[in-house]
Amino acid sequence: MNKHFTKFSFFFALVFLLNGCKEDDGGGSRYTKLVWQDEFDTDGSIDPTKWALDIGTGVELFGQPGWGNNEQQYYSNRPENIIIKDGNLEITAIKESFNGSAYTSAKIHTKGIFQTTFGRFEARIKLPFGQGIWPAFWLLGDDSDGSLVWPAIGEIDIMEYRGQQPTVVHGTIHGPGYSGANGVTDSYALSNSRFDSDFYVFAVEWGPDFIDYYVNDVLYNRITPKDANGIWVFNDNEFYIILNVAVGGWFAGFPNNSTPFPQTMYIDYVRVYSEAN
Amino acid sequence: MKTVYLNLMKRFIPLSLVLFVAISACERSVDGLSEPTFTENPNVYIDGFSSGLEYYPFQGSKLNAFSVDNQNTYGNSPTSMRFDVPNVGDPTGAYAGAIFRDDNGGRNLSNYNALTFYIKASTASTINEIGFGLDNEDNKYRVGVTGGLRVATYWQKVIIPIPDASKLTQERGMFWYSAGPVDGNGFSFWIDEMKYENLGTIGQPRPYIENGTDNISSAFEGQAYTVSNVGVTFNVADIGDISVNASAAYFKFSSTDPAVAAINADGSVSIVGGGTATITAELKGVAATGSVAITSIALAPIPTRDAANVISIFSDAYQNSPVDYFNGYWAPWQTTEGQDDIDINGNKVIKYSKLNFVGIEFQGEKTVDASTMTHFHVDIYVENTLKSSDFIQVKLQDLGVDNIFGGNNDKDGTVRLSVTSTPRLTNGSWISADLALTRFTGLSTRSNLAQIVFITDGTIKNILVDNMYFYKE
Repeated sequence: MNKHFTKFSFFFALVFLLNGCKEDDGGGSRYTKLVWQDEFDTDGSIDPTKWALDIGTGVELFGQPGWGNNEQQYYSNRPENIIIKDGNLEITAIKESFNGSAYTSAKIHTKGIFQTTFGRFEARIKLPFGQGIWPAFWLLGDDSDGSLVWPAIGEIDIMEYRGQQPTVVHGTIHGPGYSGANGVTDSYALSNSRFDSDFYVFAVEWGPDFIDYYVNDVLYNRITPKDANGIWVFNDNEFYIILNVAVGGWFAGFPNNSTPFPQTMYIDYVRVYSEAN
Repeated sequence: MKTVYLNLMKRFIPLSLVLFVAISACERSVDGLSEPTFTENPNVYIDGFSSGLEYYPFQGSKLNAFSVDNQNTYGNSPTSMRFDVPNVGDPTGAYAGAIFRDDNGGRNLSNYNALTFYIKASTASTINEIGFGLDNEDNKYRVGVTGGLRVATYWQKVIIPIPDASKLTQERGMFWYSAGPVDGNGFSFWIDEMKYENLGTIGQPRPYIENGTDNISSAFEGQAYTVSNVGVTFNVADIGDISVNASAAYFKFSSTDPAVAAINADGSVSIVGGGTATITAELKGVAATGSVAITSIALAPIPTRDAANVISIFSDAYQNSPVDYFNGYWAPWQTTEGQDDIDINGNKVIKYSKLNFVGIEFQGEKTVDASTMTHFHVDIYVENTLKSSDFIQVKLQDLGVDNIFGGNNDKDGTVRLSVTSTPRLTNGSWISADLALTRFTGLSTRSNLAQIVFITDGTIKNILVDNMYFYKE
């Protein structure tokens, strides 16, 4: 009995070691052709051929500040809030009075620069921390020059996170009939580690009638049209990538005296793969 | 139940052996010259004391506060540790407190990041101090939960993070506690499954010194400066923030000017030269909040007058005349604190703080006959910044021929020092006042001098005083 058990343990340890050393190969079996990437390897400001910045509080778009979510930050393009350093993109939320807001941060997107339908979207990220900190890596559908409005355009939240719950991330889709608090969602929890202590690869593999959610190599949810209480808007529209760190808002609640500032989200890379012909 | 437990033990033992072999194999050095290492045994109390552990009560604590309990245990554990905190007035001790020390030479805890255990109490209460790193010897790597530990009447898991486990390669202080009665009432608490763990749920170390504030302080040249209120706040997922106070030895300190404030090898700070230096710190590469800007204070000039021409009241350069006190704490109006209690490598200095007035007295046989003297000398260091209205009055009191207070023959005289007097008061450096006794108007006798009084009426609150003596030219 003991002998068998020992053998088994060694075998188990060996497998574990091999897994631990294996490089993440980045793609699933289906989406293996790298079609877009930013490795953030050049220190300085973001590459304008890949990204655009959203500036301000969203008051022009939403009629009131908060980007439709009661977020408290002003998005700026200053290096304090967004910079490429040491091989990572750093988006930093700061507590400071700025243009009428109590916090600043940054938000970038690829709208009109890079948009596509289907594929694997992944980013390697180390998340920030603290009550009311709300970072996200997400996709929005094209609005056809304004003729489509949210939620009809579709939204794929690859990763959302509440800074006060450093072991849990959430993956959600929003569409007509299943938006806001009624989005189709699942979460992934770490048992003995934290998303703000190390980098993790957050990904979706999105194809016809399915969206698969991954943290590192773990597939933790598959969403299909039967999960959505409404029209599936993810089979033809083009989507673009968004990265941001919000402060406050309905999702994560609001920062308090225990929230340490500044808080930085570190993004090692963003990669998009399509199906290999 | 018992059978199941034994079976579990059988399964558990081979697995731990395998893991141990695997870890050892990785760490063995190729040349065979590896340093002696201490056991990594993480267990403090699981179902009994772990190997090598001994209980040492603190002085004055209830000696039989600790016992092994087989009734109140966590989960299926056969026994727990029970601690009895006495009521106020209990003749067996005023509190319960002890260290748990590894007497087999210590343990290597560098692969763990927290001490964890389950705790419950007979009534919801607070354990004043609880932590690890006390060995009753140098207590080098002390850690305690800031503000004490609140306990409930049900089992709760407690996690006490290690500020920097890489320091703990031979730690003997596995656990310590100190608990007194709350509102006069004692209580009992139980601890079970105490061990060191490496928890991935601990993150966001936020170290601090000086309570996280940017403080200003002063210290004498040659003196050590103790950076105080040092600790770390961690976040534990699903629990929240936990703060521990910690020894400065966990931290790496930096000085903006090592010629003023030098960082010693053991992390302590020594004031070595004139000027101001700011001390900051880091813990495992994370900058600590808080700092302290220390202005060094030189010692007062050493008197050079011939002792034959001097009657000294307070100086390390002369044999001093006996004194009743350097602060009479005269009720009810005096606010002044401090006396002759600063000793810098044998050089005594008086520091008066919250000064409004203070008297130095030498009565009876101690009165001083300064009738042949011509001057009174005092060195004064004003710490405050000075306004034009600020002053220090130096008053000398003589008791007259009857050598007692009263009797209609007491005489006194006062010299007022200010930013326009001679000498002129300045702050941040020593002023040597050589005051001709003729300036003390009214002091017509001086054969039974009994008091030196400093009066500021609160205009100047913090001064240092040295080298008070009478002399003749």
